[in-house]
Amino acid sequence: MNAMLNWLAQIASITKFGLMSIPQRRGAVFATVIGIAGVVAVLVGVLSIGAGFRRAMTNSGSADAAIVLRSGSDSEMVSGFGRAETRLIADAPGVARNKDGPLASAELFVIINLAKRSTGTDANVPLRGVEGAAVSVRENLQVAEGRMFAWGKNEVIVGRGASREFAGLEVGSTVKVGREAWPVVGVFTANGGVAESEIWTDAKVLQAAYKRGDSFQSVYARLNSAAAFTEFKDALTSNPQLNVKVLRQSEHYAAQSETLTRLISTLGFIIAFLMAIGAVFGALNTMYSAVAARTREIATLRALGFGSGAVVIALMIESLVLALLGGAVGAGLAYAAFNNYRAATMNWQSFSQVTFAFAVTPHLLVQGVVWATLIGLIGGLLPAIRAARQPIAAALREL
Amino acid sequence: MSDSQAKNNELVRVDNVEKIFHRGSEEIHVLSKLSLLVPTGEFLALMGPSGSGKSTLLNLIGGLDRPTNGTVTVAGDRIDQLSDRQLAAWRARHIGFVFQLYNLMPVLTAERNVELPLLLTTLTKAQRQKHVATALAMVGLSHRAKHYPRTMSGGEQQRVGIARGIVTDPTLLLCDEPTGDLDRKAGDEILNLLQALNREHGKTIIMVTHDPHASARAARTVHLTKGQLTREAVA
Ligand SMILES: Nc1ncnc2c1ncn2[C@@H]1O[C@H](COP(=O)(O)OP(=O)(O)O)[C@@H](O)[C@H]1O
Ligand SMILES: [Mg+2]
Repeated sequence: MNAMLNWLAQIASITKFGLMSIPQRRGAVFATVIGIAGVVAVLVGVLSIGAGFRRAMTNSGSADAAIVLRSGSDSEMVSGFGRAETRLIADAPGVARNKDGPLASAELFVIINLAKRSTGTDANVPLRGVEGAAVSVRENLQVAEGRMFAWGKNEVIVGRGASREFAGLEVGSTVKVGREAWPVVGVFTANGGVAESEIWTDAKVLQAAYKRGDSFQSVYARLNSAAAFTEFKDALTSNPQLNVKVLRQSEHYAAQSETLTRLISTLGFIIAFLMAIGAVFGALNTMYSAVAARTREIATLRALGFGSGAVVIALMIESLVLALLGGAVGAGLAYAAFNNYRAATMNWQSFSQVTFAFAVTPHLLVQGVVWATLIGLIGGLLPAIRAARQPIAAALREL
Repeated sequence: MSDSQAKNNELVRVDNVEKIFHRGSEEIHVLSKLSLLVPTGEFLALMGPSGSGKSTLLNLIGGLDRPTNGTVTVAGDRIDQLSDRQLAAWRARHIGFVFQLYNLMPVLTAERNVELPLLLTTLTKAQRQKHVATALAMVGLSHRAKHYPRTMSGGEQQRVGIARGIVTDPTLLLCDEPTGDLDRKAGDEILNLLQALNREHGKTIIMVTHDPHASARAARTVHLTKGQLTREAVA
C-alpha cells in the first residue's frame, strides 16, 4: 500500500517537474496545444454539419406519422397519385381522425427559383401544396409571424429557414409563381425540421396554377399511435386498388439525410486524420525537446533510484495534459464558432435546399477530446520511452 | 551482509574490472583489470587526470553502469549481476550521490529536493519531514529549507546536494568532484562537511577529485591512470 503510494508520489513529482518547466518551453508547448486544438476544432466543426443536418431531417418526422408514395419511387419528386387513391389512403385503418375527418394531407410540390440572400444566385426552393390536415400531421408546426394562408386563395406561408435563406420571403412580399405574384402572408416554424425549408400553399390552388389536374405526389398521415403503423401499412399494401410504398416519417427523413451525413462525416474524418498526423508530429517534437531539455534532471532522478516506469508514465501524463488542453480549446472553439451556425444545402433526394443549423453535440465534443487524447498518447509515448531507456551514466555527463 | 564482508569489514570489492565503451566502431578501453577494496567507514579519494575513468569507476560502484568484465560487490551484493530495475531499487537503498553540478531540481525548494530520495521509501510524510529536517541541520542549512536552488550560492546548493545524498542514511556516499565547481572557500566547507560525516557519523565516502587539496582530506587516496590504479597513499 505504502509502496504503491510512493510509486504514485514518484510519478507525481516527475510530472510536476515537467509541468512546472513548461514556461521555459512555452513556444513549442503553445504550438502543440494550438495544433491539437486545430485538429479537434476542425473535426468537431465538420462533423457538426452532419449532426445538424441529421437533426433537421429527423426532427421533421415522428414515428406515429407516415408518408405514402407511389411504389418504386424514392422521393416525392417521382411519385404520383390521383384523387381516388389519396382518398383510399386517407380512409385506411390506423389513420387518426378529428371532427373534420382523417388527419391525412394529400400533397404535391413544385420547385421554384429564388435568389439566395448570401450570394444572390438562384437556388431551388420547394413550393408545396397541402390540404387542411397538413398542420396536424407535421410535428409542432406553428405560424410564427403573420397568419395561415387562406384556403382557395393564391397565398403562401414560408418556412422560417427558407425565409432566412432566400430574398423576398418576408411577410408582405410576394413570390413569383409561374406568371403571377403570390403574397407571403405568414412565416412558420416546424421544430427546425425540413418543412421550414419550404413554401406552403393550398394544394388545390397549386394544382390549378401548374395545371396538375387533380393529381398529388404524396400523402402525409398522422396515425393513432406508432404501433398503428403496421396495420396502416398492411392495409394499404394489400389493397389491390393501390400500388404504394408506406414509410414512417421518421424513417423517410432519416433515409433522406443519410447520403449527405455520411459524405460529410467521411470528409470530416479524412481532414481531421490528416491534421492529426501533423499534430502527432508536433506533440512528438514538443515531448522530445522536453525530454532533451531534462536529460540530466531525469538521469539524476533515476540515479537516486526513481523507476523508469515512473518516468514513462509521468511524461505520458504531461503529454496528455497538453493534449487535453488543446482538445478543450479546440472543442470550445468549435462550439463557439459552429454551434447553431445556420446553413442551407442541397437535399439530393428532393433536389431542393434544406436549411439547418450546425449541431455541436455533446457526443461530438467527447469525440474531439478522444482524438486529442490519442494524439497526446501517440506523441508522448516514443519520447517517454527514450527518456526511460537512456543509459543513466551517459545522460549524467550531459550538461 | 555476506560472511566474507562481515569478516573483512570490506564494503566495496571491485575485482578485475574492465570497462569498454563503444563509440561507433571504435572501442574505448577505460578500465582494464582494475581491482579495489574499500572497507566500511573509509573516506577514500579517487584521483587522476581528466578522462582517466574516475567517474566511470564511481558509476560502476554506484550501480549506475555495469562492467564489461569482472565483478563489483557492494555490501555483499553482486551488483554487476542485477537488472536495471533491481539496480534502481538497490541504489535507492544503499547509495547517496553527490554531483559536481549539484543536480538539484530547480522547481523544488531545498527541503523538497532533499525529500526526493525518501519518496522511494515507505516512510510517511511526517517521517520524511523529520529526516529532511535532520539532514538539512547536518549540513547547516535549516534556515534555507524553503528556498529555491537559484537563490543559493554554489556552496549552499552543494550542501543541499549532500543533504539529499545522506537523507536516506545510505550505506555508501559517492561524490563525483563535489568541489569541482566551487571556489576554494566554499570547497573547503564542503570538504569539512564530508570529513565530519565520515569521522563523526561513520559514513563511508568515495570521492572523485583531481584536486590534491581535496584528496588531502581523505583517509586514503588512490590514483587512476590509463585505466589502472597506479599508486596509493594513506594520509
Ligand atoms: N557513456 C560513454 N560512452 C562513451 N565513452 C565514454 C562514456 N563515458 C565515458 N566515456 C569515456 O571514457 C573515458 C573516461 O571518462 P570518465 O570516467 O568520465 O573520466 P573522468 O571522470 O576521469 O574524467 C573518457 O574518454 C570518456 O570520453
Ligand atoms: Mg568525471
